[in-house]
Amino acid sequence: MKFAILVNEGPYQHQAADTAYLFTRSALEKGHSIDRIFFYHDGVNNSSSLTEPPQDDRNIVERWTKLADEHGVDLVVCVAAALRRGIKDDNLAKGFRISGLGQLIEAGIQADRLMVFGD
Amino acid sequence: MSDEMMDEGGVVKKFMYVNRKAPHGTIYALESLEVVLIAAAFDQDVSLVFVDDGVYQLMKEQKTDGIEVKNFSPTYRALEMYDIEKLYVEKESLDARGLTTDDLLVPVEVMSAAEMADLMAQQDVVLSF
Amino acid sequence: MLHTVNKSPFERNALKSCLEHARDGDVVLLIEDGVIGALDNTEFTAMVKAKMGTVKICALAPDLEARGVSSKALAGIELVDFGGFVDLAAENGPVQAWL
Repeated sequence: MKFAILVNEGPYQHQAADTAYLFTRSALEKGHSIDRIFFYHDGVNNSSSLTEPPQDDRNIVERWTKLADEHGVDLVVCVAAALRRGIKDDNLAKGFRISGLGQLIEAGIQADRLMVFGD
Repeated sequence: MSDEMMDEGGVVKKFMYVNRKAPHGTIYALESLEVVLIAAAFDQDVSLVFVDDGVYQLMKEQKTDGIEVKNFSPTYRALEMYDIEKLYVEKESLDARGLTTDDLLVPVEVMSAAEMADLMAQQDVVLSF
Repeated sequence: MLHTVNKSPFERNALKSCLEHARDGDVVLLIEDGVIGALDNTEFTAMVKAKMGTVKICALAPDLEARGVSSKALAGIELVDFGGFVDLAAENGPVQAWL
């Protein structure tokens, strides 16, 4: 089955990014495909390359990058939401791309299920 | 899941946008509206529903000068121009808040929670903010 | 369809609103702080129990464990892991997140 994922909250502040990640990993392990993860609202902060968590904590941003690397998951950050919150190509982590909201609608059209993780 | 129809533009799916939060306290109402405006260009079957505190998004007399944020409420009136005409407000949510459709800035269809549940179950994609 | 709830019923009305919209045969999955709605002997237990006959109520076990409340889960609530979450989503479309 084809899943698309919408992440509406930033990393660390809220559990949504963790739940979305663990759901995605499990879906991939089960042989489903995750075509796109769309980051909206404060969710765009998941893509900041300036993130530096303490050594003993999970690195949420790197975890997403690794997903893109290893599974070809398309990580799309909403441009309008990103610019509002200071995310630009200059500080965009590897594996992410900035694009329009149309990418979210397109993901909803193409996927069998769209999962929303937020606050 | 409902049947998918094909037209010349491709697949038409049923998209529901569920609004359950009051405006201005958080950005969800505004950014939800931004998605809806973009979605209009994709010729999908779009429904907007307002449940719980989401009904406050449609209040007629919003004036935001005093809190220095954008008053985006007039945009709901423009949705019709984007061919977004299915606006549903839940009766129980209005009643619980002592509101009627006279308090709202656009014409809406009022439906019960049970009808809302049926409509939700018919969707292909449910986006909640 | 599948409904997810990620808020404690003590904090927000997401669980109440979800249960009011869940139809017979629907599945409700409690995740994150939403697992507090899966606990026995709370002031919300009766509300959840009243729906358990017609709606399948599940909770994400890792979230219960993380909060130290696994032993307090209401009998009859099905516990799932993330794999189970994926299965529920695959088997029960569409999915509405009561945020």
